[in-house]
Amino acid sequence: MSDTGIGASVRRKEDLRFVQGAGKYTDDMNLVDQVHAYILRSPHAHAAVRSIDTSAARAGEGVVAVFTSEDMAEVGGIPCGWQVHSKDGSAMAEPKHPVLAEGKVRHVGDPVAVVLAESRTQARDAAESIFVDYDVLDAVVDMQAAVTDGATSVHDDVGTNVCYDWGLGDKDAVDEAFSNAHHVSRLDLVNNRLIPNAIEPRCAIGDYDQATGQFTLHTTSQNPHVIRLLMGAFVLGLPEHKLRIHAPDVGGGFGSKIFHYAEEIIVTWAAGQINRPVKWTADRSESFQSDAHGRDHVTTVELAMDADGKFLALRASTLANMGAYLSTFAPCVPTYLHGTLLAGQYSTPVIYCEVKAVFTNTVPVDAYRGAGRPEATYLLERIVQVAADDMGMDATDIRRRNFIQPSEFPYQTPVALIYDTGNYEASLDKALENSDYAGFGNRKAASKEAGKLRGIGISSYIEACGIAPSNVVGSLGARAGLYEAATVRVNPTGSVSVMTGSHSHGQGHETTFAQVVSEKLGIDFDSIDIVHGDTDRVPFGMGTYGSRSIAVGGTAIVNAIDKVVAKGKKIAAHLLETSESDIEFENGQFVVPGTDKAKAFGEIALAAYVPHHYPLEELEPGLEETAFYDPKNFTFPAGTYVCEVEVDPDTGTVEIASFHATDDFGVVINPMIVEGQVHGGLVQGIGQALLEGCNYDDTGQLLSGSYMDYTMPRATDVPSFSVDTTVTECTHNPLGVKGCGEAGAIGAPPAVINAVLNALSEVGVTNLDMPATPHRVWQAIRDAQAS
Amino acid sequence: MYSFDYKRPSSLDEATQMLRNSDDGHVLAGGHTLLPTLKQRLASASDLVDLAGIEELKGISSADGVVTIGAMTTHSEVAASSEVQNAIPALADLAGGIGDPQVRNKGTIGGSISNNDPAADYPAALVGLNATVNTTSRSISADNFFTGMFETALGDGEIVTSVSFPVPHSAAYCKFPNPASRYAIVGVFVARGSDGVRVAVTGAGASVFRAREIEAVLNQGFSASSVADIQVSDEGLNEDIHASAEYRAHLITVMTKRAVDKANG
Repeated sequence: MSDTGIGASVRRKEDLRFVQGAGKYTDDMNLVDQVHAYILRSPHAHAAVRSIDTSAARAGEGVVAVFTSEDMAEVGGIPCGWQVHSKDGSAMAEPKHPVLAEGKVRHVGDPVAVVLAESRTQARDAAESIFVDYDVLDAVVDMQAAVTDGATSVHDDVGTNVCYDWGLGDKDAVDEAFSNAHHVSRLDLVNNRLIPNAIEPRCAIGDYDQATGQFTLHTTSQNPHVIRLLMGAFVLGLPEHKLRIHAPDVGGGFGSKIFHYAEEIIVTWAAGQINRPVKWTADRSESFQSDAHGRDHVTTVELAMDADGKFLALRASTLANMGAYLSTFAPCVPTYLHGTLLAGQYSTPVIYCEVKAVFTNTVPVDAYRGAGRPEATYLLERIVQVAADDMGMDATDIRRRNFIQPSEFPYQTPVALIYDTGNYEASLDKALENSDYAGFGNRKAASKEAGKLRGIGISSYIEACGIAPSNVVGSLGARAGLYEAATVRVNPTGSVSVMTGSHSHGQGHETTFAQVVSEKLGIDFDSIDIVHGDTDRVPFGMGTYGSRSIAVGGTAIVNAIDKVVAKGKKIAAHLLETSESDIEFENGQFVVPGTDKAKAFGEIALAAYVPHHYPLEELEPGLEETAFYDPKNFTFPAGTYVCEVEVDPDTGTVEIASFHATDDFGVVINPMIVEGQVHGGLVQGIGQALLEGCNYDDTGQLLSGSYMDYTMPRATDVPSFSVDTTVTECTHNPLGVKGCGEAGAIGAPPAVINAVLNALSEVGVTNLDMPATPHRVWQAIRDAQAS
Repeated sequence: MYSFDYKRPSSLDEATQMLRNSDDGHVLAGGHTLLPTLKQRLASASDLVDLAGIEELKGISSADGVVTIGAMTTHSEVAASSEVQNAIPALADLAGGIGDPQVRNKGTIGGSISNNDPAADYPAALVGLNATVNTTSRSISADNFFTGMFETALGDGEIVTSVSFPVPHSAAYCKFPNPASRYAIVGVFVARGSDGVRVAVTGAGASVFRAREIEAVLNQGFSASSVADIQVSDEGLNEDIHASAEYRAHLITVMTKRAVDKANG
C-alpha cells in the first residue's frame, strides 16, 4: 500500500482551506449589482390568504421589487421526484406545491411574498410593511388525528390527509405465521422528528446574463444536476444549455440540501425579471422553518417467534409525516428506503409493512442522514430487544439465532432486496469483545454502588447504500436515474483532473477520490484534482446522498480510469513497437513484461496531446474518458453497536458510559475519513436518541425553533468512541466498497435506547420514546413506580 | 436589527445624561441578551449606551468580609478571580458555569442581574448570599432587587454600578441545565452565613425566590439528609417543553441536597 493510495489515512486535502477560512461557500459570493431577497413567511400553520397588500413595501427605501404568487403565475409548482403507489394501485396524492403561497398557507414558514432591495435590512424592513389578511384555520398537527374521519384537510383538493397507503410483503403469509406463533412481541414507538441544522444555512444566488440568455444559480446543493433538471424542466421551463447550477463549498447537508427549494426558484426567476443578480441567505431561525425536517414516524411493530426464539414473521404499520407538501424525495423515504430494510440482518421468512403517508401543517419532511433506514433499524432493533426480554433470552443469543449466515449469500429477503455479502456474527463478536460485554455485570454493580442505574444495549443494523439500479428504482416510482458519471481528464504533462457528479459537502471526496486515482494510475496524489459541484464543468451526475459517493461515484471514476488505461495501452504499444496485448499497466508504467520496454504514464499523456509519433489513423489524440455507471444492486454495509449508559435516577440524566461500533463497510479507502464519518453519524444518532426533539404545539407553532429549545449534540454529550471494522467486500463494484456516511446515524439510536431501557428495567420501566431527555426518563421512572 | 445610535460614554454621569437625552435608550453591557433580541427584531432602541468604556464599573475588591464586584466585570473575570475564589468559591464556580466561553468572556454581572432572566444563574447567587446591589442612585438588597420575570427594582435611567457580597461561612451552587440552552431548569444556591441559611432558587419560577421551607429545615441541621424528605410544591412553577412544574419541584430538592453536600465539602 502506498502512503496515498487505497487504505491509507491520508490527511484531507480540503481541510487546509477550510481551517484557514479560505473555503468558498455560496454566501461568500457577492455579484456585481446584486440585490438581496427577503422572504416573508407565514406566521400561521394553516390559514386562507384573503389578500396581500404590498403597496407600502413597494414604496420602501431601497426596494427594487416585491413579488407574490400572482406575479409568478407562469412558474410551475415545485416538483416531487418520486411517485409512490398505494396498495390499491392508485397513484399518491400529489397536491401542488406553489413557490409562493397561492390562496393558502400550510405551515409556519411557508413563503408568502418576496422583497428585493439594495440591502438585506431594507428588504426586511419593507417586508414588515406587507399586510397579509389571513383567515386562520384549524391546524393539522397530530398524525393520528389527521387520518381520522372529519379531520381538517391540509389540501382541499386532496380531501383527506392521506398521501398514500402503501404496503410491501405477503400479508396473508405473515398473518398466518402470526396465528401459528409460539409468542408475539409487540411494540408501539415514535421515531422523533429531527431538524437537520447543517452548519451552513442555505443560500441561493440567481444571476441572469441578458447578452446570452444564460441563467446561473449558485446554491447550497448536494446535487446540482438534479436541481438543474427539476428547476429547468419542471418549474422555469429553461433548457439545460441556458441554465448552470453551481454548488461550491457546501457546509454540511445530511440530506437537507438534496431537495429543490422555493428560494432557488425565486432568486433565479427574479434575476431574470429585474436583470440583476438576486441573493438570499437563510438565517438560522429561517432554516428551522424552511429546511426539510427528518424522520417523524409513528409505528406499531410485531414479531412472531417459535419456542426457540426463531423469528417467524414481522409486521409493521407506520404513519409517516410528509409535512405540508411533498418535498423532492419524501414519498420514497418511508417506503422503499424503509420497508425494504425490515429484514435487517435476520432470516425472518415473511415480512409485511404498511405505511400511510400523512399531510400535516408542518414543515415538509424528507431524507435526513440515513433516510428511512434509521427508522427501519430503530423499529427492528427495538422489537428484537423486546422479543429477547419476552423470551428470557440474552440480546446476543436471539440475534445469533436469527442472523443470515455467510453461506446464505446472495440472500433474497422477503422485502425485495438481495443482500450480496456480509458476515454479521463477525461484527457482533468483535463489538462484544471490544466492549467487554462479558464484564458488564461488574460495571453495573459498581454503578449501583454509586446510586446509578447502568444498562447495555445492542443494535445490529443493516443499511442499503447507493440506491440502484435505475430501471428498478424507475419501476418503483423514481422520476430520475440513479447512476453516476465521471470524466477523467489526463492533462498533457500527466496531471489528472477528475470531474465527478458526486458532490462533497464535508465528506472529503477531494482526498478519497484522489487516493483511488493515485492507486489506479500509480501517479502522485498531489497531481490529481477532484472537480465537482458545477453543471458547466462536470458530466450529468446525480450528486451525493444515501452513502452513494464511493460505491457509485467512485466506480464511475474507476471505469473512466480503465478506459484511460486501455487507450494508454494502445498508445504505448505504438511507441514501444509491440502489440497492444503485450502491454501491461502497473505502478504508473506501461510495460512489456519480461523486457526492459516501458513508458511512464506521463510520457503516454504527452504523446496523446503532442501526437508526433502517434497512430493518428487508428486513434484519436488526447487522453480523456467519461464513464456513466449504473450499479447492479445496492451495497449493504452492516455492523453491531454496543452502547453502555448510566442513568441518574434522581434527575433522569442519561450519560453514555461507552460506545463501541463495529462496521463492515467493505474495502475502506481512507480509514481516518471513515472513522470521522462514523463519529459524526454516531453523534447524530445519539442526538436523536437523547437530545433532539422537534416540537410543535397544537396550533402548529414550532416550539423548538431555535438552539434555545432544540438540543443539538455537543462534544460533552458523547463519549470517546471506539470504532472498529470487519470486512466483507462488496461483490458487484470493482473497489469492493459499500459506503459509510449514514451507518452511525442508523445504528446508534436503538443501541442507546436499548441501553437506557436495560438500565431502567431495574425500576420497572418497559418503554420509552426518543429523545430520552432527563425529564422524560424521570417521568417514566415516576410513572413506573406509581403503577 | 433596526437602526439605532451607538454611544460610548466614559463616565457614569455621561452615561446617565445620554440615557436621559434619548427617546428610547437602552444600556448595553455584555450584550448577550440584548443584541440577539435586537437582531431578531424582538426589541428596538433609539440609542445603545455602551458601558464598556467606563473604568469605574470594572474590577473586583475585597474588604471587611465583603467582596464587591463592578457591574461591568465579566463572568470569566469573576470565575478566574483569586479574591472571589478565596472568599466565596461558590460564586466563582457559578460564574464559571454560565453559558459558554464566549458568553462568559463578554457577559457581565451587571447586565445579567439587570435583565433578570428567570433562568439566569447570578440572581440565585445574589439572593443566596444576601448581596447588595449598588446603583447610580442607591443600594438595594438582593431580596428587594428582583421583582418579577425580567423585572427589577431599577428605575428609569438607573444603572447598576456594583454588587457587594458578604462572605458566607460556606456556600455552593448546583444547577440542572436546560439541555439546549444550558440556562438553569433549576439552580439552587445554598449559603450558610451569620444570619443563618439562605436557599435561593432560579429557573423554577417567574423570578429567583427563596425556598424558606428548606431554609428552616437546614437551619436545624445543615446536611443533605435534612432535606431528603422535603417535597416542594409545584404550584406556580414554570412549565415548558423541557420540564414540567412537578419535575422542577423535584429538582429543587435534588439540587439543594447536592448543593448542601458540596458546601459541606
